[in-house]
Amino acid sequence: MLLAEGLHHAFGRVVALDGVSFSLAPGQTLAIFGPNGAGKTTLLKVLAGLINPQAGSARVDGGRRAIGWIGHQSHLYGHLTVRENLLFWGSLYGLSAARRAARAAEVLARLDMSDRAGEPVWSLSRGLLQRAAIAKALLHDPAVLLLDEPFTGLDLAAAGQLRVLLGELHDGGRMMVLATHNVDEGAELATDVAFQRRGRFVHFAPRGTRSAAEIAAAYRRAMADG
Amino acid sequence: MSLLHRGRWITLLGLALLAGVYVRALAFTPVERLQGPAQKIYYLHVPAAIWAETAMVLVGLGSIFYLFLKDRRLDRFAAASAEVGTVFAAIVLTTGPIWGKPIWGTWWTWDARLTSTLLLFFLYIGYLLLRGAVRDPALGARYAAVLGICGMCLVPFIHLSVYLFRTLHPQPIILKPSAPSLPGSMLATWLFSLGVFTLLYVGFVTQRYALSLLWEERNGA
Amino acid sequence: MAELLRQAWAVARKDLLLEFRTRTAIVSAVVFTALVLTVFNFGRDPTAVSALDLAPTILWVTFTFAAMLALNRAFQLELENQALEGLLVSPLSRTSLYWGKLLANLAFVAVVESVGLPLFVLFFNVPVGRVLLPLVAVIALATVGFVAVGTLFSALVIRTRFAELLLVVLLLPFLVRPLIGAVQVTARLFGDRPLSEAVGYLKLLAAYDIVFVSLASFLFRFTVDE
Repeated sequence: MLLAEGLHHAFGRVVALDGVSFSLAPGQTLAIFGPNGAGKTTLLKVLAGLINPQAGSARVDGGRRAIGWIGHQSHLYGHLTVRENLLFWGSLYGLSAARRAARAAEVLARLDMSDRAGEPVWSLSRGLLQRAAIAKALLHDPAVLLLDEPFTGLDLAAAGQLRVLLGELHDGGRMMVLATHNVDEGAELATDVAFQRRGRFVHFAPRGTRSAAEIAAAYRRAMADG
Repeated sequence: MSLLHRGRWITLLGLALLAGVYVRALAFTPVERLQGPAQKIYYLHVPAAIWAETAMVLVGLGSIFYLFLKDRRLDRFAAASAEVGTVFAAIVLTTGPIWGKPIWGTWWTWDARLTSTLLLFFLYIGYLLLRGAVRDPALGARYAAVLGICGMCLVPFIHLSVYLFRTLHPQPIILKPSAPSLPGSMLATWLFSLGVFTLLYVGFVTQRYALSLLWEERNGA
Repeated sequence: MAELLRQAWAVARKDLLLEFRTRTAIVSAVVFTALVLTVFNFGRDPTAVSALDLAPTILWVTFTFAAMLALNRAFQLELENQALEGLLVSPLSRTSLYWGKLLANLAFVAVVESVGLPLFVLFFNVPVGRVLLPLVAVIALATVGFVAVGTLFSALVIRTRFAELLLVVLLLPFLVRPLIGAVQVTARLFGDRPLSEAVGYLKLLAAYDIVFVSLASFLFRFTVDE
């Protein structure tokens, strides 16, 4: 379970979260759409325990160990190889030496990167770097995936691959929260949809049978309404 | 009466009484036999030094409670106390050399006590710089609190130096383990001055606190 | 506790591995140390001031400058690909992170000092043979103190403008106290004075270490989070 209740947070006079509440059960994927500055990243950071909200509370069963984070930054050290990076992060998530070696091989194979394991991260292209970052996020098999603008900076092919991969992960019974400013991305993955503006969910509902195009149209209407 | 006005009145009262301290110290307190009139500065120098150090300790205490209670009043108080402490440290650093020139024959000497006050002054400057360098007010307050607590813990180390190092500086006359060894009228003047400096500290801090409050209201933070 | 140390070690090991890969920082710091020693040699009038009188000062000013380089580096390397964010969402405890950084910083400074000390002996012809063991002990005692405070402060300035400059300004008042103690003890060692004369300073150094290592371990959790 993932539970957020009455979250409120402001940076000085800029309100980033203004009474956000929702809950998520295994198998659900919440897509949050909103313009830049709507407070989407702040919400994800609160869920990940990076920011202590000024009011309200967020709870994820299993705590930090259950969370995988995919942002537009890879969190990988450029001068270490892909495998060294994975082994380091694995050790922070409490995986034993044998277990993290096995998991590293597993996720790299899954992301079709086994042949790149020995290369330093700085030598990877943008698309490969993103895949390595996803490998890092999946290493400890998290129950919750938090995705902050994961499509930013990817070319069409890489974005397509990422979409397929996220679909597979979703089928695995994971909870996912995906935040993006681009309503044309990720809607087809969602089981629930929220539109966020100025720290509030102005719309929050199960996706139901709405198509990605219908959601995009609804989003544009909601944002145009003032 | 608003907080700002209350602070202003306390400060004005303190300043008026400060004039009283001057009058009493110059006209109604005997001249010290060895140091002559230069000793008169003692009545300003030592109370200012006491409050310069105490203000840092209060910054630290305010900071500890701020980190746990997240009450912004505590942060405002810590910030105000730090600014007032800076001014008092500056008073110590100015009056010290004025006394040192006729008595030691030099404006500045790397005496342990002078160095300590200088360090305290730098500590305050660093604290104020850090407050200014962070954009998000909540983050800035938290960072400042961490530095304030460290600063408070540094004060005993700064203070201990007086006893550990051979120093040119006069040893404490009043605040020492044995009874004060000062003639009654001098002690009375000194205590009067300490009271006035306490009043000034309270007045300045109240005003500074009220100003941050106004600033926050105006900026909607 | 075991978990805390295990995670701290993982962080320190990763830092040192990164350092070993690039070697830029460590080589710069060693060269810097040699340069400062050289400058000191030319900045002194050998007919007026004997090398032995100035030796403790030279040694300690050089070591503290070199330590500053290490401290700036510690969290700078976490900014690459926002790795710091990754550390903070992981189950890594804040105290482990501090201890890991402290360990890596101490190792870094120790390497610089172990190159700097022989250079210092060579350049200034100071007889250290007989006092080598107590000298190393004093160096260790003083280094732990200011690196402990410096590691805390380097996390404090990481999100500010002019981080490098601010670190120096904040650290200086905290640095002078252990520095004076270290210089005084070193002077007595070089002057062949009995160690009993320096006991007061040694106690001061030890007290400083205990107070600030515990304080920084406790306060660190308030510095890295947003």
